Amino acid sequence: MLVSITGLFAEPWVLTLLKVVCLFAVVMPMVAYAVVAERRISAWIQDRVGPNRVGIPFTNIKLFGLGQPLADGLKALVKEDLTPAHVRRVFYWLAPAVAMVPSFVVLAVVPFGSMLGSQRMVIANLDVGILFTFGIVSLGVYGVVLAGYASNSKYPFLGGIRSTAQMISYEIAMGLAVVPVFMLVGDLNLGSVIDYQRGGAWLLFKQPLAFAIFLIAIFAETNRLPFDLPESETELVAGYNTEYSSMRFALFFMGEYAAMIAGSALMVVLFCGGWMLPLGDYFNTPAQSLGQGLVHIAVFIAKTAMFLGLMIWVRWMLPRFRYDQLMNIGWKRFLPLSLANIILTAIVLWVMHS
Amino acid sequence: MKVNRTELTWWERLYLPTLLNGFRVTLRHFFSRKRSGVYGDKQKKFAAKTTMQYPEEKWDVPTGYRGAPYLVKDVDEKTKCVSCQLCEFVCPPRAIRITPPGDTGVVDRDGAEKMPKEFEIDMLRCIYCGYCQEVCPEEAIFLLKDYAITGESREELIYDMEKLLELGGADKRAYDHHVQDGVGEGIKKWETKTREAGEQPEFH
Repeated sequence: MLVSITGLFAEPWVLTLLKVVCLFAVVMPMVAYAVVAERRISAWIQDRVGPNRVGIPFTNIKLFGLGQPLADGLKALVKEDLTPAHVRRVFYWLAPAVAMVPSFVVLAVVPFGSMLGSQRMVIANLDVGILFTFGIVSLGVYGVVLAGYASNSKYPFLGGIRSTAQMISYEIAMGLAVVPVFMLVGDLNLGSVIDYQRGGAWLLFKQPLAFAIFLIAIFAETNRLPFDLPESETELVAGYNTEYSSMRFALFFMGEYAAMIAGSALMVVLFCGGWMLPLGDYFNTPAQSLGQGLVHIAVFIAKTAMFLGLMIWVRWMLPRFRYDQLMNIGWKRFLPLSLANIILTAIVLWVMHS
Repeated sequence: MKVNRTELTWWERLYLPTLLNGFRVTLRHFFSRKRSGVYGDKQKKFAAKTTMQYPEEKWDVPTGYRGAPYLVKDVDEKTKCVSCQLCEFVCPPRAIRITPPGDTGVVDRDGAEKMPKEFEIDMLRCIYCGYCQEVCPEEAIFLLKDYAITGESREELIYDMEKLLELGGADKRAYDHHVQDGVGEGIKKWETKTREAGEQPEFH
C-alpha cells in the first residue's frame, strides 16, 4: 500500500494536481483578503474606518475585521440568486464562469517559486509562456462582453461595449510593451525571464518604459481605476454586472481580483525578478532545501502583494478617464511609445552585438 | 455658452504632476490621525477619530435632551412617584399604564399616601414629548439621555417599575440633566409653582 502511494507520487500528473490544489488554496484566500485590503485601505485614504467588526464567528474577538471574507462569502452564498426575466439565459449563466476562469488559468504558467524538493514551482513550464498568457488574458474580455450582452439591458450593454474596446486597445499596448523584454532575454519561457534577472538585474531598471506601459495596461486590463469604464459606478450603475446578484456577482468580483493577482504576478515575473531578491546567493539560486523553497515562494507572494497594494492605492489617486481620453492614450500614446521602445532596444542590442 | 479650456503646458499634459500630487494627497490622508471637526472640543476622547464606533461609543447628548422617560428615586433611594396618574392621563400615545395600589397599598417613604403597584411604559409607543415630566407634581419622571432603545420582542420593550427606577437612578442626575438657564440647583418645580401662586392677583 505504502509502495503504491510513493509510486503514485512519482507520477507527474499527481504532483501537478497537487500543485494546482495548493495554488488554488493560496490564491483564493489572497482574493478574499485583497477585497478586505481594498476596503480597509480605501477607508483609511478617505479618513474612514472600514470594516473592522467581523472577527472569529460566535465570539467577540474582532481581529481588526479579518473575518470579513467569511461574512461576505456567506452572504453571497445565501442570498437569493435572481435571474431577471429579460436576460438571455444561457449566456447569462455562462458569463460569470467565463469571467473568472481565465484569471486563474494565467497563473498556471507563472513560476511562483524556485524549487520545492525536486519540483519546479510552476504548474506548466511552457516554452511559449508569455504567448499563452496573452492568449488567455484576451479571453477575459469575453466574460464581461457576454455579461453585458446577455443582461439585455442598457447599462450592462454599455459596460460590455466599453470593456471590449478598452481591453482590445490595451491588449496591443501590453503585448508590444513586453516584446523588448523577450528581445533581451532571448526566450519566451517565464522561468528564463526570472533567471535572466538573477542578482538584482531586474528588467524594471533595464526597461523602465516597458514597465510603465505594461503596468498601466494591466490597470486597464483588470478594469481598475482610472480605467474602470466597464463598471463606472457613477454613470453605468455597476456596468456589466448590474443585473447580477448573489454568487454570480461574487464570481465576477472574485474573477476581477484574481485577474489583479495574475497581473501583479506577471509584473513581478517580467520586471521585478520573480522570487529573487538581490541579497546574496540564498535568494538568487534555486532552493536546495524545503525552507529555502518556501522563503522563495514567500518573497514572490510579498512582491505580488505590493503590486496589489499599489493597484488599490492608485484607485483613490486619479479620477476615471473619459472614453475618448482612454482611447487616445491607448492608441496614440502607448502604441507608438512601445513600438519606439522595441526599435530602440533592437538598435542597442544590434550595436552591442556587432 | 463657450467654455474656455485652459491650455495645459507640456509638463502638465505629461500627467506626471497629477500623479505625484495624487500620491502625496492619498499618503497624507492614509497616515493622518483621522481628526474630525465634528467632535471638536466637546468630546476629547473622540477627537482623534472621524468615525464613532457606534454601539460601543455613543454621543453624549446635550443637557436637557429628551430621551426615554424613566422614574427617579429620591435621596433616600425611595420611590418618588405617588401614583397620581397625571402622566398616564396626559400621555398622548398612551404609553404609560399605572396600576394604583387600591386599599391595600404600601408606601416606602414618609409623606406619601400611596405609590403605584405597577408602573409600565411601552417604549415602542412613547413619542418622547416630555408631557409626563411636565405634568408630574412630584418630579418623579424625567426624560433622560437614552435615545437608542432596542429589544428583540415587543414584550421586552414594555418597561416595568423596577426597571424604570433602576434606569432612572438618583434624581440629582435627572436634575443635572435638565438644568435650565438661571436655575442653579435643578428644576424644583414647587418653587416655581409657589412663586407663581404668590404672583396671582388677590381677590377679596
